Amino acid sequence: MSTLKGPTLKGPTLKGPTASSQPKDGPSPTCMSINGVSYALPNDPRTTLLDFLHQNLALFGTKKGCDHGQCGACTVLVEGERINACLVFAFQLRGKAITTIEGIAKNDELNPLQSAFVKRDAFQCGYCTSGQICSSVALQKELADKTPSAVTFSENYSAREDISERMSGNLCRCGAYPNIVDAIEDVIALEPQ
Amino acid sequence: MKTNQTANFIGEPINRVDGVLKVTGQARYAAEHTSTMPQTPLVGFLVASTSAVGEISHLDTSQAEKAEGVQAVITHKNAGPLKAFGKPDDEGRFTQSRAVLSDTHIRHYGMPVALVIAQTLEQARYAGSLVEFNIDAQPAQLLHKANQASDVPESLDGGFEPDVETGDKPSTYSDGFAVDVQYTTPSQISAAMEPHATIAHFDGEKLTVYPSVQIIASAVQALATTLEMDAENIHVKSPFIGGGFGSKLGLHYDAILACIGARYLKRPVKIALSRRHVFYNSPHRGHSFQHMQLSCDNQGKFQSIAHHSAMPKAKGYPFAEATGAGARVTYSAEYIKSTHRVKNADTPLIDSTRSPGDAIGSLAFESAVDELANKANIDPLTFRLNNMPKVHPVNGNRFTSHKLESCLRRGAEVFGWQRKSSAQPGKVIGHGVASAMRMNVLVESSAEVSMDEKGKITVLTDMTDIGTGTYTILAQIAADTFNTSVDNITVNLGDSQSPASSGSGGSFGASSTGSAVLKACEAVKSKLLSLLPKNYQNAQLAVTEQGVCVRQSHADSPQDTPLASLVDSSVFPIRELGAVSEDDTSDDEQYSCGAHFVEVEVDTLTAEVRLKRQYGMFSAGKILNEKTAKSQIKGGMVWGAGYALTEAIHHHTDSASFINPDFGEYHIAVNRDIAEVAVDFIDLPDFEASPVGAKGIGELGITGAGAAIANAIFDATGVRVRDFPITVDKVLEGLSKKAS
Repeated sequence: MSTLKGPTLKGPTLKGPTASSQPKDGPSPTCMSINGVSYALPNDPRTTLLDFLHQNLALFGTKKGCDHGQCGACTVLVEGERINACLVFAFQLRGKAITTIEGIAKNDELNPLQSAFVKRDAFQCGYCTSGQICSSVALQKELADKTPSAVTFSENYSAREDISERMSGNLCRCGAYPNIVDAIEDVIALEPQ
Repeated sequence: MKTNQTANFIGEPINRVDGVLKVTGQARYAAEHTSTMPQTPLVGFLVASTSAVGEISHLDTSQAEKAEGVQAVITHKNAGPLKAFGKPDDEGRFTQSRAVLSDTHIRHYGMPVALVIAQTLEQARYAGSLVEFNIDAQPAQLLHKANQASDVPESLDGGFEPDVETGDKPSTYSDGFAVDVQYTTPSQISAAMEPHATIAHFDGEKLTVYPSVQIIASAVQALATTLEMDAENIHVKSPFIGGGFGSKLGLHYDAILACIGARYLKRPVKIALSRRHVFYNSPHRGHSFQHMQLSCDNQGKFQSIAHHSAMPKAKGYPFAEATGAGARVTYSAEYIKSTHRVKNADTPLIDSTRSPGDAIGSLAFESAVDELANKANIDPLTFRLNNMPKVHPVNGNRFTSHKLESCLRRGAEVFGWQRKSSAQPGKVIGHGVASAMRMNVLVESSAEVSMDEKGKITVLTDMTDIGTGTYTILAQIAADTFNTSVDNITVNLGDSQSPASSGSGGSFGASSTGSAVLKACEAVKSKLLSLLPKNYQNAQLAVTEQGVCVRQSHADSPQDTPLASLVDSSVFPIRELGAVSEDDTSDDEQYSCGAHFVEVEVDTLTAEVRLKRQYGMFSAGKILNEKTAKSQIKGGMVWGAGYALTEAIHHHTDSASFINPDFGEYHIAVNRDIAEVAVDFIDLPDFEASPVGAKGIGELGITGAGAAIANAIFDATGVRVRDFPITVDKVLEGLSKKAS
């Protein structure tokens, strides 16, 4: 059982899209890095990160469920923080490092969350799964950083409720929610406290 | 040779065989098959009608055609040959024409008026805004009140009669208790996470289509009918489907538009509906008015069950759901009457949404049953147990198996029906129960199984896996027959060039296609054994690391002999077809059964309802994979939570549009809405239902799930809400009335 402490009120850091946060060895100013590979930004300013992945790169692991930031199926990691890829234009990500579901497994070895999702049957149709897994990867970091969630302000909350709250931006119509929380709990329990 | 014991058997809770593909983002869904196309597909975006019914009187595509990247703007003027929507009349609804852009007539709000095809989505979407059109609109006919539904539907989904009446109507209720109540349920939508999408490509006369569809064979026929083509020239592939829930039983406009575009431009065309387009261009469930008159004697025995359902039906489309099915079969009563009336309405398609009939029928009926139990001052679980039928209450036929009573009794024990958690200050706790009865059917289905000389087994069928676990259970059925691991089995699904199957829907997929695969496996096994010397005729086959072996029982342990030493390798590959039809299933009444138990906590100040526990005990014959079956049932229970508490399409009656056609406003349950969900099975095969012994589970989990929540809210608060969903405002109003 993980022990979750109350909020320290360290919210996610909000940086402007053109902030000079380019890593030293990172991509050039007209590129973004996706799963460690540098890609030139698209010419069309209307292209979202999600459509860039699909149309320009044929990277289809990230899913489009609503295109309006309402379902979380397109969740990816930008500098380790989760965002909806449909809600950000590709050009806003100049110099940023992005991780999609295709970059979650390392050297053909599944991330423990991926294995736990399989073991706990934390999906059925699989369409929301990429987003769920990217969200859970970011969730681990949020817990480590003590980033608050909506439930961490209440007096009595369980680790399970906190995970459930944090995963509520990722819809699953197959209704795998209890199994998703089981999978994430399994992985958190494995981590050194 | 000693045996290798790593076989996977039917029922074992093994992980999904396609699990790794799904957690690594490698499973390919409809709109993602771009690299298999000869050229990068062009992208289509539809321009939607802003009126519900009328005629297109003006259409100007000239500005759109000039826009950057645009390859074509297709309207009824240039869409090419199409058979009129809904023709021919004598075809089933999934093989009739699904034509769109075929004439000037608009049947519903959001229907496509034009299709813009461009190099990119951004270009197509922008150009779509440049299409000018005008519609001479007429007022839309909708169903506002129960008494406006006066048509007797020609047929009800599931083959139920629209009206039944049995027994003698009691003349007086003086000796017992009665309720006379109307429940309403809102329009709802499947809202599968994958929006409907299709890639289509013509290579000369040959058409290849990747749609997202639950049933492949009828999709081929629907395309042939709609496009006026020879079905032989159409190849449909749908290896992964991002959820269906009935909304992908048939093809929808995305598929037809992609084919029209590909035919016009002679290039692959991809169409992925936007989420808002999905609400209008795929089916939804109509709202219902359910009037119930229930009565029981003072011992709590049902005297009378009368259920009257009034719903809209989409004009020109033959679908109506059997909302009263549960009222006819769940409890015995002296008198049962169930009637269905519809009104033809100018709405987007109304068709199957998970568990048509029972999902919303049970919401209302199982709530009303609770009302009667409460009036009679009898525990709602006891009341249900008092009224268990021995035979079908309406027609007197026997059930092939009937475990409702066991589900209620055992379920109550595991759940702890009498043991409520203690309430936090300011909260009240309630328990609710509901029964679930879901009709079971076996549907014609076929599959081919082949074995090569190394013992590799391949299952071929056009069956689909919509998240149900089909890949896994079919692999298990083959692995079980051949005493091997699922790693030795390759299952190819969703390809129209494979033998035609039941497809996925109506909870019939696993039992129907599973049985076809079982028969094909047994045919392969018989064929092999027939080639062996006589003393091997009763042997088993086993596929081990040594290849195919013949396994004979001996006193201490089984002995395996390599098949290669007994038969010539030239007999391989062995390929056999297996098929099931109505001959493989009983004419008696077949039902899957279940009992739902729920604990809720309600805040007495804010009226916020929080689920604490959902528990269900189910009986659905042989469970083919305990893990995937539990997941599917849990998913149904999560739908039940949505139906009870949050989900509703709100209609804008003037425009006949939907007020909330997106995930921001159509509230399916989110993770935090759901707490503990647990499921158990009474796992007993029903071989009268299907050769593999399984019955349906896909619709069982939602049937009754929402009512158990409604009943728990009543138990906690004394507030009975008869207008679903039970949102906070309605509970709050009830609490206020009680307080005043």
